[in-house]
Amino acid sequence: MKWNIKGVESWGWKKHPIGATIPEAGNAAYYKTGGWRTEKPVIDREKCNNCLICWINCPDSSVIVKDEKFAGFDYDHCKGCGICAKVCALKAIEMQAERGEE
Amino acid sequence: MGEGKLTEIRWHARGGQGAVTAAKLLAETALAQGNYFQAFPEYGPERMGAPIQAFTRISTEPIHIRSSVTNPNIVVVLDPTLLNTVDVTAGMQTDGILIVNTDDEPAEIRKMLRLKGRKIYTVNATRIAQETIGRPIPNTPMMGALVRATGMMPIENLADYVRSSFGKKFAAEIIEGNVKAVERAYAEVKAE
Amino acid sequence: MAKTTTAPRARAKAKGKTVAMTGNAGCALAMKQINPDVVAAYPITPQTTIVEEFANYVANGQVDTEYVNVESEHSAMSACIGASAAGARVMTTTSSQGLALMWEELSIASAMRLPIVMHNVNRALSGPINIHCDHSDSMGARDMGWVQLFSETAQESYDNTIIAVKVAEKALLPVMVLHDGFITSHAIDRFDVLDDADVQKFVGEYKPKHALLNVDNPETFGPFAMPAFYYEQRKALRVALDAAKDIVLKVSNDYAKISGREYGLFEEYRLADANIAIVVLGSTAGTTKYVIDEAREKGVKVGMLKLRLFRPFPAAEIAAALSHLKAVAVMDRSDSIGALGGPVYLEVKAALYNSKKRPQIQGYVYGLGGRDTGPDQIETVIEDLKKIAGGKEAPREAVTLLGVKE
Repeated sequence: MKWNIKGVESWGWKKHPIGATIPEAGNAAYYKTGGWRTEKPVIDREKCNNCLICWINCPDSSVIVKDEKFAGFDYDHCKGCGICAKVCALKAIEMQAERGEE
Repeated sequence: MGEGKLTEIRWHARGGQGAVTAAKLLAETALAQGNYFQAFPEYGPERMGAPIQAFTRISTEPIHIRSSVTNPNIVVVLDPTLLNTVDVTAGMQTDGILIVNTDDEPAEIRKMLRLKGRKIYTVNATRIAQETIGRPIPNTPMMGALVRATGMMPIENLADYVRSSFGKKFAAEIIEGNVKAVERAYAEVKAE
Repeated sequence: MAKTTTAPRARAKAKGKTVAMTGNAGCALAMKQINPDVVAAYPITPQTTIVEEFANYVANGQVDTEYVNVESEHSAMSACIGASAAGARVMTTTSSQGLALMWEELSIASAMRLPIVMHNVNRALSGPINIHCDHSDSMGARDMGWVQLFSETAQESYDNTIIAVKVAEKALLPVMVLHDGFITSHAIDRFDVLDDADVQKFVGEYKPKHALLNVDNPETFGPFAMPAFYYEQRKALRVALDAAKDIVLKVSNDYAKISGREYGLFEEYRLADANIAIVVLGSTAGTTKYVIDEAREKGVKVGMLKLRLFRPFPAAEIAAALSHLKAVAVMDRSDSIGALGGPVYLEVKAALYNSKKRPQIQGYVYGLGGRDTGPDQIETVIEDLKKIAGGKEAPREAVTLLGVKE
């Protein structure tokens, strides 16, 4: 179920669902955690062979895959942990200082 | 008293002699008579062989009181060796009844306990149990002695109850052994 | 106002049968008749015979329950929370240290608004370690957001267990049913039970509004709540628990129709024309009735208010029921160490504070760790009350510990 949480910060006690349940599963995606980043992963497509080890290891599901190929990072949710860069066998991912231009 | 005719019974036995079963059996026969009852053991760290107490209350009216029995009308002693180690007559009513499983005569028990007044009944329930049920468990024959001493019901009612209650769990010969045990104890109990 | 008190002797002819059974066996029988989807429990004295008997029902195929053997009460309550969130009708049972080990889950169960029914057999909290009755276990859990129903007898315990299921599911709150360890749990008592079919009809089929296993409409259960959200959830829980009072009355009235046994928020025993009274809960209420009957024969105008519902606490109704009295004694089978007295005393006293007309009040603690509370102790309470009511003595500031050896 789509859950409209506009103005949720000011909701009174009656408006919240019973027992604090969240009637829309997976709506944590609406909360953008990309702003937590101090470094961001940048890929060198020349080196990448689409092994997708980064996709397997990303704890925030922020590696986007299309047609079984690497298709970019989800910078709205990537927290810049650097795991993808660490596990990349071809050293195709580099962590660069975040400048906030994304 | 305000509780109808309330009778309080204290059972003395050793763990494993079936005092709790006897108290339960008495409660169930009381139910069959349409009476109210409570049956409760005194729980502690006891194990098989340790002296234990159990209590039964019976009344024609609902029973409200929930504290332990301190002044019993009737005391039943399932094991005669307890007479030396436990004060079985503690708090007993002055018109109370003491029923002991022993080969001794009531007068001997009276002398031993230095008991004044009250009525004493004795019966060798262990021997009766051995001869009728084939095991030295005195609890069912003591029920026969209790019924004789108190007149709480005709012995036929107890025998009928043993048949219907034991009938669900035991073989016919065990049931008849128990019935015989109850009847023999009823007949053989001595009073003073 | 809804009917708040009981008429204990006013019994219609009920269906079912009269049994000779222990309080714990009666509770296990009620659980069998309810036939819950899931039971997760861990044995502990004096609750053990409930799980033993219920495990027998499971092994014999007499219930459809998924019986979860767990390694601790912490796991028992965790499993109950998971199963209840999944949409199952869930029951469990414990005592004393077992309840204490469930602590952190108790408040989660209520905050998640899960209708779990738990039978707690009252036993003293350690230490020193003790297996006998007092109310320190459930009184310690009184602020956990659970409905608490105390039982005087095996009859009340059996009835409360069945009533609790409907209360829990209507209020969307967990319910704790209490009866006294050994005194009620292990005594063979006479009481009336319903036919299985009547219990089944009464509790009906449980259809949860929200369930984890509803994959067509998935929801998130038990999320984190920041300061912006936590407080509103607690307010909602308070409102829900307060509302459970009327639900308890409604369900109890429905139950009276099938059982002939009426229950209110509390029972008033010879209270209407009394000038002094004792407030008490649990099995000691029975002994108190016995003593009151004797005192009445001597012309003492003493009555009793026996609490059944302790959470939510029916403060206004209790204040109204006690307002006409000159002196009231409140007897607690648990101490609130460091407070003015036991929890029932504190609640009753607070309930009366803003009343224009209110009795003098004195608090007692009794029977801790299974210490026998006989008529003699209650008689001393009545003697105290007579002196206070007659203006000969002021109520003592400090709580009186009945029967303690000085």
